[in-house]
Amino acid sequence: MTRTDKNPESGRPVAVSVRGLVKHFGETKALDGVDLDVHEGTVLGVLGPNGAGKTTLVRCLSTLITPDAGQAVVAGYDVVRQPRQLRRVIGLTGQYASVDEKLSGRENLYLIGRLLDLSRKEARSRADALLERFSLTDAATRPARTYSGGMRRRLDLAASMIGRPHVLYLDEPTTGLDPRTRNEVWAEVTHMVREGVTVLLTTQYMEEAEQLASELTVIDRGRVIANGGIDELKAKVGGRTLRIRPADPLQLHPLAQALEQHRPGGPVPAVPTESGEVLVPIVSDDQLTAVVAEVTARGVTIGSISVELPSLDEVFLSLTGEKASAPQQAAPELEEVAV
Amino acid sequence: MSTATLSPTAPTITIEADPKISLRGHIRHTGALIRRNLLWIKQDPESMMDAVLMPVIFTLLFVYVFGGSIGQALGGGQSAYVQYVIPGMVAMMSMNIAQGVGTGFNEDFNKGIMDRFRSLPIGRGSVLVAKISVELVRLLVAVTIQMVVALLVGFDINGHWLGLLAAVGLTALFGSAIMWIFLVLGVTMKNAQSVQAMGFLVMMPLQFGSSIFAPTNSMPGWLESFTKYNPMSGLADASRGLMTGGPIAHGLTVTLAWTIGLTLAMAPVAIRKFTRKA
Repeated sequence: MTRTDKNPESGRPVAVSVRGLVKHFGETKALDGVDLDVHEGTVLGVLGPNGAGKTTLVRCLSTLITPDAGQAVVAGYDVVRQPRQLRRVIGLTGQYASVDEKLSGRENLYLIGRLLDLSRKEARSRADALLERFSLTDAATRPARTYSGGMRRRLDLAASMIGRPHVLYLDEPTTGLDPRTRNEVWAEVTHMVREGVTVLLTTQYMEEAEQLASELTVIDRGRVIANGGIDELKAKVGGRTLRIRPADPLQLHPLAQALEQHRPGGPVPAVPTESGEVLVPIVSDDQLTAVVAEVTARGVTIGSISVELPSLDEVFLSLTGEKASAPQQAAPELEEVAV
Repeated sequence: MSTATLSPTAPTITIEADPKISLRGHIRHTGALIRRNLLWIKQDPESMMDAVLMPVIFTLLFVYVFGGSIGQALGGGQSAYVQYVIPGMVAMMSMNIAQGVGTGFNEDFNKGIMDRFRSLPIGRGSVLVAKISVELVRLLVAVTIQMVVALLVGFDINGHWLGLLAAVGLTALFGSAIMWIFLVLGVTMKNAQSVQAMGFLVMMPLQFGSSIFAPTNSMPGWLESFTKYNPMSGLADASRGLMTGGPIAHGLTVTLAWTIGLTLAMAPVAIRKFTRKA
């Protein structure tokens, strides 16, 4: 994927527009005046910790719950006043795969097709096409409860795609998946975006947002605390960390010292760790290149090397100066999961 | 803190009222959901166990364990009791089968598939109506088996075949009214087990404090008054009248009153709870 894919597309028309959205559950302000825009054909990442209000936002935007105040317009339809028309143009994939476990993959998709008013024939051919597209043809006749986690998530995505939705909501689509399955889901999402779907993605992982989203809205306790292009925000939160492990542990300290003295590519310190790695904060691609060049120039054999994105905690720390609000009280459970 | 500016107000849009779902649409959606629930039975035939086994077990138990002595009190013997208890058993199926609607529904809610349905452009009643239709099919299966067993243990229909049909119809009608209660329980309760426990608590007194298994005239006064207006007595008496050619007026009135009352009271609650559940 190239970087140009991911530039903020603020020039494009708006597919989802949310202003001042409020939803309270008793005393808990799950959404406390949220504003955001998703532009046509792009992915907006909504990043936030557990209990930030992400799921409540998605549930409001998919007409599962009614907001207490504010306005939300999706593909030209108002969530409160035109729920039925809106439901025709959205797809929803929640945290928990919402497929019927007792039905086969094909029957699941056929059912959704019929509920979306496709004729029997259309529903059947659409189901088969999507099974093929999501590599589920071999498992088409098996009950969904026999599927692996990844297959189930793919079936869920396929079910969301039956109505050729204009806007797709992905609510923490990879939470609880192993890394390989997560990559599969990411690939599918990227594929769908290329086909022109607009996506609102909620996630707890900076890495997922960076993989998929071009723009990012960071929310915490029902409020937007930052939004903008992903690169913009990444620059703001301090970017990445380079971890180098010299193959020979004896070279650890000399390498750290050399990088500390010369500071290739910029005035950034290098820190040796007890686990035998040197950590270098990276602010630009040029600096990254310069540091790696310096390491090779010194003839150090690299045992392992990795570039890490800031964790959600670090993002929050740099945006708000405080830690991501831990799921305090028992409230998040109440907010995030259907009550 | 924001780095990108959002326009201050949402774009103005012209609001066209939501179109109503056509009758054909409702029928299509309900049909698709009925198919889903029937596929469940195909997938998991054990879910029919209660409908198949309950009539058999209850009939054998009551006819052969209690039949002799209660039959004597009725002025006959075991065969007199068969004539008495079988119509009551048919009535009882209405409640026993209706219970399943609550647990199945509760599972749906806990699995997330309900969110999928509710985010689709379908009438929200379709999900409920489909569920009730399939339970009625189960009820018919149970009643059919009940009648086969009944004839095997010597029940004499004595030409009242139309009466039998009417009794089955009345049982299905009352059963659908009861299902609304279990739908409400299914939406409200935390898990399937509590739905079942609650259902049991409601069912036991209604079934045994009735004229299903034994005549009520030997019961203490307070219980007899309770049974008089207990819908299970009403339904049992009515189907007894219909299947053996006895009086039906009181039983029919009580049953219909309860059916109408329960449906009017519980159906809107079920639909509202279902729609609002968030």
